[in-house]
Amino acid sequence: MVDVPLGAAGVPPAEVEDVELYHPKSWLTHYVFSQDAKIIAVQYSVTALSIGLVALMLSWLMRLQLAFPGALSFIDADAYYQLITMHGMMMVVYVLTALFLGGFGNYLIPLMLGARDMVFPYANMLSFWFYLLAVVVLFASFAVPGGPTGAGWTLYPPQAITAGTPGLAWGIIMMLVSLMIFIIGFTMGGLNYVVTVLQGRTRGMTLMRMPLTVWGIFTASVMALLAFPALFVGCVMMLFDRLLGTSFFMPEIIEQGARLPYGGGSPILFQHLFWFFGHPEVYIVALPAFGIVSDLISVHARRNIFGYRMMVWAIVAIGALSFVVWAHHMYVSGMNPYFGFFFATTTLIIAIPTAIKVYNWVLTLWRGDIHLTVPMLFALAFIVTFVNGGLTGLFLGNVVVDVPLSDTMFVVAHFHMVMGVAPILVIFGAMYHWYPKATGRLLSVPLGRFHFWVTFLGAYLIFFPMHYLGLMGVPRRYYEMGETAIYPQSAHDLNIFITVMALLVGAAQLVFVFNLIWSLRHGREAGGNPWRACSLEWQTPVTPPPHGNFGKELPVVYRWAYDYNVPGAPEDFIPQNQPPLAGEMAGRTP
Amino acid sequence: MHVVLVLVLVAVGSVLFHFLSPWWWTPIASNWQYIDDTIIITFWITGVVFVAVLLFMAYCIWRFRHREGHKAAFEPENRRLETGLTVITGLGVAAMLAPGLFVWNHFITVPPDASAIEIVGQQWQWSFRLPGEDGKLGRTSVERIADDNPLGLDRNDPAGRDDVVLQGEDLHLPIGKPIKVVLRSTDVLHDFYVPEFRAKMDILPGSSTYFWLTPTRTGTFDILCAELCGTGHPYMRGSVVVEEQVAYDAWLDGQQRRMIAQQDETKRQKGEVRAQQ
Repeated sequence: MVDVPLGAAGVPPAEVEDVELYHPKSWLTHYVFSQDAKIIAVQYSVTALSIGLVALMLSWLMRLQLAFPGALSFIDADAYYQLITMHGMMMVVYVLTALFLGGFGNYLIPLMLGARDMVFPYANMLSFWFYLLAVVVLFASFAVPGGPTGAGWTLYPPQAITAGTPGLAWGIIMMLVSLMIFIIGFTMGGLNYVVTVLQGRTRGMTLMRMPLTVWGIFTASVMALLAFPALFVGCVMMLFDRLLGTSFFMPEIIEQGARLPYGGGSPILFQHLFWFFGHPEVYIVALPAFGIVSDLISVHARRNIFGYRMMVWAIVAIGALSFVVWAHHMYVSGMNPYFGFFFATTTLIIAIPTAIKVYNWVLTLWRGDIHLTVPMLFALAFIVTFVNGGLTGLFLGNVVVDVPLSDTMFVVAHFHMVMGVAPILVIFGAMYHWYPKATGRLLSVPLGRFHFWVTFLGAYLIFFPMHYLGLMGVPRRYYEMGETAIYPQSAHDLNIFITVMALLVGAAQLVFVFNLIWSLRHGREAGGNPWRACSLEWQTPVTPPPHGNFGKELPVVYRWAYDYNVPGAPEDFIPQNQPPLAGEMAGRTP
Repeated sequence: MHVVLVLVLVAVGSVLFHFLSPWWWTPIASNWQYIDDTIIITFWITGVVFVAVLLFMAYCIWRFRHREGHKAAFEPENRRLETGLTVITGLGVAAMLAPGLFVWNHFITVPPDASAIEIVGQQWQWSFRLPGEDGKLGRTSVERIADDNPLGLDRNDPAGRDDVVLQGEDLHLPIGKPIKVVLRSTDVLHDFYVPEFRAKMDILPGSSTYFWLTPTRTGTFDILCAELCGTGHPYMRGSVVVEEQVAYDAWLDGQQRRMIAQQDETKRQKGEVRAQQ
């Protein structure tokens, strides 16, 4: 602990003595068991990206099976369901959640707020190691007898723990345990993010001067702290059902001719617990993406984000509303049908703040000075895919429209577009944007453009036509589409087309991985602020910033993060720590 | 200006794909035309928004692209514009939600003259039960399920004595009569899904769920399972035959006679067993 002497007014001084104790002393504590949020961020990101590559390969196998049923002899029905389950769970929890909060959250929160680090560095370190342990347990389930669970990523009981589903012996236990470890790890990180935002901001950094990236990650962290416990208790209860013979989720059941010793439980209860977590989870991924993309658009369009205050309130409103929409995943689950009125209404209301965000993004482009850099390209593609996926959400959210579409490929297309493709495009944009801060070098632009075009157009061509398969009546989670009178031959051809595009888009990601590694050595030197951005992470005295971030003196903030092309300013951006210019109106901006 | 071109192409291409591609829903065979209509309304509203946003983006990127000396406008907020857009969005949302809720109310209100049938999902097959002359389905329970009683009928319930149980056979429905479909599972979740009917509902062990429909078109339709129920999920198939009342009556009559013959046979066998003892 550092004792900071207080000045006369009780305000800590800007200058803080460099304390020897505080810095890591060995290679091990510097790079491995690091308490520096930036190193933890890299650890989280590298781990999550590696899992992402595995999940991508699982999706290749799934798509190959769907396009050419039975062609790969090692993918039987059991293996197929294991593939879809692991792909889904890895992507939603272990990649997207971990990358946005553990990766970008750790890197950007302290830097953007002018803090030296997270407020609880030790818990922050533990958070990563718990995450890694959760990942190890998850991957170990590939090696246990019977393999990983094939219950679908929603893990609906009774099917998840009865015969007829692969991974009944060990896989489901490993999955539940891994999720519980992940949640414990996340809680340590999440409390850090929230407390750092509330307590760790530098002087002058009011809440309404924070970059929207921080607002998005902050709100998502609060939501995750409230939502994950529902999943945690769901996991505990299912583990008890599986191992101790309790019947939380298990009614009287005949399993392949034999009566099981369960009775009186409710499968719907699990669905409520799962989606009470699961729907906020969508926004836990989306809100950081919203925040980041707002900043990318503003920086690269050289224009203030349009309607900043509205953007903040929209993030908060979406965060709050997302806790009262969960049962829109359950319109045809057999729950009380009158719930449909309530949940359809709340779900469609959430479209309003979401639409406001879209308007403000495109209105930031309007009258901007648009630089089509690689991060900007990804941000633009995000808007396209997010608007597309968000609009199909209005189909599925509108209770009666959901009836024919639920559990079809329409749903698969929708959620991949809105919480797969769109946030991942933001992740890519953000990587191209902040890589120079983390490494001091820019990623290769030609490789980046190639990566962008194949990923954006390819992903759109995968998921846009897929909606129409669902509209036609192809259910999701089918080992093979099969023959039905209503499927024309062309539907099978479309299936093959989608698979080819999926292979292509997947291959393009290898170019990105190559770019990440190659540019580490050979990328163009970036300098401290290559994008000429206003927010604090670009104003560090040294790049990449060392432990402690800002050297001897913490920055003092005088303005919001969006002073681009301010009339009368000498340059087209004014950093947040720039004191008011001569003649600058006081109170002009938040 | 690749980006501008691509954005326009994505907008126009998506619309063309929507209208020209061969993949569309199957001709409807139930009274749920309302659902299709609501989807069409939703397609129009969302389609217009999608195209408008993309074209506006394309315009902005072309018009406000970076050139030497070009400067962005500094305008943190525009209250009138923001309020206006919020109100328009609210109206658009209401235009989708209102018909949606109206049709939902219709969907969950079973007409009093609907006749009940039962559909049972089991890994991985469909079974059906039709009420006999009395129009009532008898009680069931999981404890009573046995080899000779796969659906667990309560033999002591008089309402169930004349129930017609169909296993491994097609379900027949008369055209133009409202039907309340009562759904039951004995093992895991399933979902009774006939794409032509539009309506579908999950099936739960431990409780029963329902929906209703009126078949409006004769023909044979595939039954699919739409809720993951284990590795046999894609192969859990069946057929439903919608036919004119006369044909339906003849079929039902045949099924009832088969049931009675079967019951007599069972009784005779039991009698023989007793005689041997």
